[in-house]
Amino acid sequence: MAEKRKKKLGIKQRYSMLTRGLGWDTTYQPMDKVFPYDNYEGIIIHDWEGWEDPFRLTMDAYWKFQSEKEKKLYAVIDSFAQNNGHLGITDARYVNAIKLFLTGVSPLEYQAARGFTHVGRQFRGVGPRVACQMQAIDELRHVQTQIHSMSHYNKFFDGLHSAPHMHDRVWYLSVPKSFFDDARTAGPFEFLTSISFAFEYVLTNLLFVPFMSGAAFNGDMATVTFGFSAQSDEARHMTLGLEVIKFMLEQDERNIPIVQRWMDKWFWRGTRMLTLVGMMMDYMLPKRVMSWREAWDIYFTEAGGALFADLARYGIKPPKYADIATKEAEHISHQAWNIFYNYTHAAAFHTWIPEKEELDWLSEKYPDTFDKYYRPRLEYLDKEEKAGRRFYNDILPMLCQVCQIPMGFTDMDDPTTISFHSSEYQGNKYHTCSHGCKDIFDYEPEKYVQAWLPVHQIYQGNCGGAEVPDVLKWYNFNLGADNMEYQGSPDQKLWDEWQAHRKKA
Amino acid sequence: MSRIVSITLQNNDDARPIIEAIEKDNPDATVNLYPAMVKIDCDGRLIVKQETVEGLLGREWDVQELHLSIVSIAGNVDEEDDYFELSWNI
Repeated sequence: MAEKRKKKLGIKQRYSMLTRGLGWDTTYQPMDKVFPYDNYEGIIIHDWEGWEDPFRLTMDAYWKFQSEKEKKLYAVIDSFAQNNGHLGITDARYVNAIKLFLTGVSPLEYQAARGFTHVGRQFRGVGPRVACQMQAIDELRHVQTQIHSMSHYNKFFDGLHSAPHMHDRVWYLSVPKSFFDDARTAGPFEFLTSISFAFEYVLTNLLFVPFMSGAAFNGDMATVTFGFSAQSDEARHMTLGLEVIKFMLEQDERNIPIVQRWMDKWFWRGTRMLTLVGMMMDYMLPKRVMSWREAWDIYFTEAGGALFADLARYGIKPPKYADIATKEAEHISHQAWNIFYNYTHAAAFHTWIPEKEELDWLSEKYPDTFDKYYRPRLEYLDKEEKAGRRFYNDILPMLCQVCQIPMGFTDMDDPTTISFHSSEYQGNKYHTCSHGCKDIFDYEPEKYVQAWLPVHQIYQGNCGGAEVPDVLKWYNFNLGADNMEYQGSPDQKLWDEWQAHRKKA
Repeated sequence: MSRIVSITLQNNDDARPIIEAIEKDNPDATVNLYPAMVKIDCDGRLIVKQETVEGLLGREWDVQELHLSIVSIAGNVDEEDDYFELSWNI
């Protein structure tokens, strides 16, 4: 090989030129006034220079690699649209996972961009500030590329036309929305613990990795490509999450209990939100890669186990209720699908009873729970539907004050009893779905009594009217197209026509 | 207690020589194939060496080109001019 052109500076030196020469101590105003938010949470930092960014990406390298990623991605997006890629997916039911993604997840990327822009201003140390600013740009790229990729489906399928509007209003979308609202209204260190560590480092693999692999398996070239393009940034974001934790823990031992409490809280908030992903993997992918339970074992039990063993030297314990979350991996995807099956007349995507081979797959993947608790219900609902009595639940559900999910989860040791907790605060009673959510409420009740709970808002008359159709119109739903059972939907009709054409050809 | 470090790469033309280099330099690594991606697990430590990738590619390879193919990682990162390493300090 030809002799290498020597770079003037090594990677460490180049990175330190970027992050260690740019900051200065202010003189016209005290530093505490310029950076008012980075110490009120109780996190003590003695030396901001102790921040070590593991990925030493300088701005020129960042622009170079990001533009290369964009070029590759847009080549695929164009090719997917020009070649009618939507015809190559396994089944139109699959598109419902994309609807949930576009309305539930993509707006979070925008929320993340806002959050990182904010905290990227608020740290007095230059290392974390640069990392947060780069991440803010990444997040903006993610929301843009996701909307561009999925817009192709909007030309043919229902429920994809008003994602940001729906995200701000629709009942189940308040679950992811409130997660980010909660994080963005916390201080900067808690924000990084929630989003960079608990969500991106510990849990995001469960969303992006097996689900994107599933998209590939189901012929959705556009989603795989934006997913992996986003995920290539995510590896950098994950290390930021781990770095901020180690930085806080190494700076002062008084930081340890604060960090532990944030980890406990955000792990639980995150697992609750990922219920939606569990349901997408187990029920919404016509061809499945792995079950939610298997993904949990790989990405939480194994990867999380190694991570928390590594953090043990700082005195950090695995998140509280991790054992319950692991038990839940046997149940929650089934329980969540059941909730959406009940309320699909009020959702912007379709639900259905899985076909027989799909039920068999679930029986095989969940030998201890599926046949015992969930298969008989699905078979009963299927029978009802076939007899012309498709069940829709007209009673608005009670929501958990913290995670905002309808109170439909059970006690994990007694899966036929609903798990139900409550707390009193200033003479009012507040309901929570689990020990995890109750602990979060009890620690900061003043924050969570302000939650915008969709069902309460409907009853207070703030959501378009008194009747369900009024509320759905306020959500911008196309009634009879976006919502209701998949069987008989316009999506299904169109898909069946395409398949008939294919057979004829 | 599990000490698995892990790197997931896209299963594409850019990543294939990197995957091969990892297999060469980490004989204990396990390669798991999934649709569109490859997850490589190794106990405690895993290294990507610039020299090995360049030998397979037949051209200069900047370690940061890894950013184009990476999907996920588990472990503490050490990124240098001539290698990329993941490890747990147990």
